[in-house]
Amino acid sequence: MTEAEFLAYVQDGGQVETGDWLPDEYRARLIKFIEMHANSELMGVLPEREWILRAPTLQRKLALTAKVQDEVGHAQLIYRVVEDLGKPRDQSLADLISGKAKFHNVFHYATKTWGDVGVIAWLVDAAAIISQKALLKCSYAPYARIMKKICWEESFHILHGRDVILTLMNGTDEQRELVQEALNRWWGPLMQFHGNPIPADEDPMFVWRIKSQGNEEARQQFLDGYVPQIWELGLTVPDPKLRKVGDVWEYTEPDWDELKHVVTGHGPKTAERLDFRRRMLEQEQWVRDVVLAA
Amino acid sequence: MAIYEVFRQEKKGAAFAHAGSVEAPCAEFAEAFAHEQYGRRHESVALWVVPRDAVHEVSAFYDELGKTYHRVDGYSLKEKLRVARERAGTAEDR
Amino acid sequence: MSRVNVQALLRIADDELILGWRDSEWTGIAPSLEEDVAFSSIAQNEIGHARALYELCARELGTTADELAFDRSPDEYECAPLVELRRLDWAHTIARHWLYEEADELRLAALKESDNAEVAGLAAKMDREELYHRLHARMWAERLRGDERFESAVTELYPYALGVLDGDLRAAYSSRVGLSGSEPQTHERGSHSPELASLWEEMTSVRRSVPGATW
Repeated sequence: MTEAEFLAYVQDGGQVETGDWLPDEYRARLIKFIEMHANSELMGVLPEREWILRAPTLQRKLALTAKVQDEVGHAQLIYRVVEDLGKPRDQSLADLISGKAKFHNVFHYATKTWGDVGVIAWLVDAAAIISQKALLKCSYAPYARIMKKICWEESFHILHGRDVILTLMNGTDEQRELVQEALNRWWGPLMQFHGNPIPADEDPMFVWRIKSQGNEEARQQFLDGYVPQIWELGLTVPDPKLRKVGDVWEYTEPDWDELKHVVTGHGPKTAERLDFRRRMLEQEQWVRDVVLAA
Repeated sequence: MAIYEVFRQEKKGAAFAHAGSVEAPCAEFAEAFAHEQYGRRHESVALWVVPRDAVHEVSAFYDELGKTYHRVDGYSLKEKLRVARERAGTAEDR
Repeated sequence: MSRVNVQALLRIADDELILGWRDSEWTGIAPSLEEDVAFSSIAQNEIGHARALYELCARELGTTADELAFDRSPDEYECAPLVELRRLDWAHTIARHWLYEEADELRLAALKESDNAEVAGLAAKMDREELYHRLHARMWAERLRGDERFESAVTELYPYALGVLDGDLRAAYSSRVGLSGSEPQTHERGSHSPELASLWEEMTSVRRSVPGATW
């Protein structure tokens, strides 16, 4: 098969398995994309796990622990795909910690209140699920298959998020303020999450059918699904230009420089979180050496 | 460290289907890990946990000369049936 | 059917809550991703057991499970010192996990014999979930046996582990964990370390931020 034939094959809906011949460019882009996803699941755990310890009811503690556990489980599923493509897990983790490999923008920011817990589970997870659904038809079949389990597990995360938010909104003024304040801080990163709006046919991820959706399409889907949910609760979105005109949402252009700055390792919490990961990995290296590597 | 493939049975009577894989130092750990990664929501009633190198893929299948004789689509009986009914005089009853 | 012994159940509930809280600290940072998922399930089960026990006690006391879990002051908790210790390293975590599960098995076996059918029934359910905990703890303990970090953690934590059980179960426990013959000064229930107060501060920080609110 030539590269041109491979391209035609995947663009026609064809899928490939681990042992199949893959063009070098496809393999390289695939590993980078999938690894970034794995890194994101693993780093996303850190802002959320603090709140497991502070969960204000037993139900919330259980739900949040289960949600974060799912994310670790997703990291496991995704790193396994990367490993089967030839990159060992400890190499991926080393590249993550050194800053060589990236993770999604939203996980570089601080969480400040219980309002963040709700907003993350309701909106950040929603943005991620839209991207994940677009991966269900990935041309690389091992990744498409794990996306099925991931999407299935994520379904309760959104409900948990909504439950937290609705409970807060039905509570006291202070609790409602927690939500609005968190939303004000998370809106910018949320709008940047799906990436800058390069046309799908110029996006290599779409061209190779690794993703089945362009960035702007994903963002529009997010706005369509979630702005009405935000507004119906009496919350405001901190963007005076946000409105739907015909079929299209208009909004203030996100700060693409900020996005680039953050994902290249300069987010408010990037260094602290990578350092924490590094310390825990070092502290427990003996366990891997003595037990897990046997 | 070895890779163990995990097959799960969704409910009694269903076939075991491949679900994924775990990294573990031995079968005991692999089973403990698979138990939660593929069963913590009771989404499986049973799992098979198998070292990867015990799973052998067979994938060289070629049908070059069209072996229709052992498939249902290899048989076209409509015309023969019409002729047989005509001979027996049973064609009108249909 | 005999009455529920609330204090006895609160001891177990508080042990499970605080240990579950400590164990949940590993979610996201355990030595391997596969182990992270497995250990998080154990932490969730522990919180779940605490919840079920609190619900039973709450009915007797005219309160709610969440109020019992969060709204007492640190001194009012009935947990054993073993579960309060902050030991965020794997050797101590597994040492505590193994020592606790071996003790808890004896404790649950006794509870399953309760005259109160509801208590006995709950103990049986908890015991079935604990099968995985014991399998997991024993699997790790066997792998770490002889490792200096693990063995010294067991030695350090054993006097605390004895304090989890009532006196009549301790002889059986010592021989089960292979430590009869050593007679350490047991850390008994009844007093709390400053570590519990710090844990409580963090555990209740959101809840206390808007007192009486629904979360």
